Amino acid sequence: MTGGMMLLDLLVTLLLIAGAGFMLVGSYGLLKLDQPMKRLHAPTKASTLGVGSLLMASMVDTFATGDGSLHELLVLAFLFVTAPITGNFIAKVHLHRQRDDNDLPPPPAEEGWATHSEK
Amino acid sequence: MSQRLARKLLPHPMLSTMLVVVWCLLINHLSLGTVVFGAILGLLIPISTAAYWPDRPKITRPWRLVSYMGIVIWDIVVANVQVAMIVLFKRNADMAPNWVVIPLELRTPEAITMLAGTITLTPGTVSADLSADGAALLVHALDAPDPDAVRDEIKTRYERRLKEIFE
Repeated sequence: MTGGMMLLDLLVTLLLIAGAGFMLVGSYGLLKLDQPMKRLHAPTKASTLGVGSLLMASMVDTFATGDGSLHELLVLAFLFVTAPITGNFIAKVHLHRQRDDNDLPPPPAEEGWATHSEK
Repeated sequence: MSQRLARKLLPHPMLSTMLVVVWCLLINHLSLGTVVFGAILGLLIPISTAAYWPDRPKITRPWRLVSYMGIVIWDIVVANVQVAMIVLFKRNADMAPNWVVIPLELRTPEAITMLAGTITLTPGTVSADLSADGAALLVHALDAPDPDAVRDEIKTRYERRLKEIFE
């Protein structure tokens, strides 16, 4: 095994460990945090840097062993596009549930927040 | 006349380009056949969906998108580490979760969508709602003793740049 391959293997390993670590922290956060809106922060973390590192590891590995693969970029792109929408919908459900006693700050204009609007 | 025809055939040039790139990435192999079929998809899909997306988003400085994405990716990495520290080592009672109201200067739906997505992707903040008149964004911050500082940072760091790209 040449030194370059060793280095690449090391990089792949580091990326895998970092990715797994962030996923673990994300899941732990989901368990530890105590309010619904606070909980929402944990999975957004896991899905960005956690999955990102794992995909980077996969990409480095395919390029190191011969035929490279760029599928991972697509996975990442679709994830980055859909993750905020999922988060937004969960937040909206939360806003609907606390419609009657909400602690939200009012928006600058008079019409209120869209989720609570009657229109 | 020719401009109207070009607009009819290519209602969303950016979407067409992206479809070709996505198709080549899906096939995971670059050859003439892949590019040609991708180009066919890139022509047909925007035409058949033009009725649902009539306006073309105005992107005045597309090259700034690249530096914007660089900044966002860097912020995701930095903020991820910060939030991981908060989750691991800060007690629930010590956190200061807060709602933050961000008055928007952006007006186009595409720009506001990108800002809301950026806010959610950078950990520590989740965009939750838009005001009914579309002039303010409701954001939840995990640990923000000073909500005004979060608002100012989002406005100067992301919104200002998006405004340069889209307006």
